[in-house]
Amino acid sequence: MYLLQFDWFIVLEKFILIAAIVTIALVVAMYSTYAERKIAAFLQDRRGPNRAGPFGLLQPMADGLKLFMKEEIIPLASSKFLFILGPMLAMITATMTSAVIPWGTTIEIAGRQVPLQIADINIGILYVFGVVSLGVYGIMIGGWASNNKFSLIAAIRGASQMISYELAMGLALIAVLMISGSLRLSVIVQEQIQHGWNIIYQPLGFLIFFICALAECNRTPFDLPEAENELNFGYHQEYSSMKLGFYLFAEYINMFISSVIMATLFFGGYDIPFVNEGAWGNAWWVGVVGFGVLMLKAVLFIFLFMWIRWTIPRFRYDQLMNLGWKKLLPLALANMLLTAVVVLLLNR
Amino acid sequence: MSITQILFWTLSIVALFSALMMITSKNPVYSVLWLIVTFFCISGHYILLNAQFLAIVNIIVYAGAIMVLFLFVIMLMNLGKDTEPQKSKWLKLASAVSGGCLLLVLIAVLRKTETHMADLTSGEIGLIQNLGKVLFNQYVVPFEISSILFLSAMVGAVVIGKKE
Repeated sequence: MYLLQFDWFIVLEKFILIAAIVTIALVVAMYSTYAERKIAAFLQDRRGPNRAGPFGLLQPMADGLKLFMKEEIIPLASSKFLFILGPMLAMITATMTSAVIPWGTTIEIAGRQVPLQIADINIGILYVFGVVSLGVYGIMIGGWASNNKFSLIAAIRGASQMISYELAMGLALIAVLMISGSLRLSVIVQEQIQHGWNIIYQPLGFLIFFICALAECNRTPFDLPEAENELNFGYHQEYSSMKLGFYLFAEYINMFISSVIMATLFFGGYDIPFVNEGAWGNAWWVGVVGFGVLMLKAVLFIFLFMWIRWTIPRFRYDQLMNLGWKKLLPLALANMLLTAVVVLLLNR
Repeated sequence: MSITQILFWTLSIVALFSALMMITSKNPVYSVLWLIVTFFCISGHYILLNAQFLAIVNIIVYAGAIMVLFLFVIMLMNLGKDTEPQKSKWLKLASAVSGGCLLLVLIAVLRKTETHMADLTSGEIGLIQNLGKVLFNQYVVPFEISSILFLSAMVGAVVIGKKE
């Protein structure tokens, strides 16, 4: 039995971790829809959803149930397989990124060292970048397979927007990598715990990364693929029932994951500021506290995303491209060069 | 069979199958999607060799960027089954023969290579640190020359794109 000669506990451990993280991502995404409506209501001086449950807290369940119960329509002129594949890809790529994020310190359970991270790979941040660049396919395939002109235009808009903003995002990331000297996300967090958060060294890099994250998640002011006044409803126009739900849901998962990644890259991940939590050992509750801190940072970012959405109007398409190529890209390049020179001079 | 072997064979079979499907698909959009599956299998092979950097760069560059542009063009031009030009019988024969010649050359080259080029279990040749050191010490001149090549290609594309 050569096959069975490896640590089965690690399989179990990783399996539980994956299940937990995906569940958490889904729950957070679910309540993000609720939070979005509540925040929109707050900013517009309304009440927001308040019928289902106390404070409308059961609203996401009601919405989910509604989406499941709706009639499922697959247009006759669409390519069926791709039509179904589109939302699946959107969901898969949205959840895949969570695999390399360090969610907490290494904790000790029954004598085993359990890192709260699914895969601590050598190329962590590049993996994130790779999955983000694959995120285009869900939109493109869905939009094309619908066989609808509006969907197609929206899909192509979405894809070109994502490709354009990936460049500036990558360049902002390179500056972070130069400071931490590693692509491993766990090392990046450790480095920040020791030397202070990256936001201190990379304020401009963070700003560029944040703007690009908005664009990558198709959030306002960059939600051109869903510009309802020009494109009816965008790339998911022909979708109904839970397939539409998947697309909408994937957007919220993306938002959650990119918030966590921003917290990890620039705001110290699970680090508690001004507290030396390394002295607490590695009991299980330290991991939980770290995880809670990371989630708190992520929730703040999600709030920021929503605040921006209900404050700033949508860009025009040429403005979007101008901002991406003529402003963010040179800025990111300058930031990268400056960081490189400083790192070289200080010999860190 | 060890796990590495099982993975190797699965990946190889899927890679070959998807490559065949990519060639035989009538619809160009399906061809592109099958090609993406092939790239993923190749990246899987890189990971088996512990060349993580190569694997992820393969996905970022080919599956994430170049194939998106392919899809872009195909979707914009609305290529379908009927727009595919049918080549004549002789042209098909000629292409089969020339493809066969390439296969012959590749097999002839690969037949005499050493079989254990990379150590599977502890090989760290492909990790990003070692790769970077080799690229920027031993091969720094070819590396810079290839970057100039890319730059000139980029400038060329912009010049062609600007011409109305």
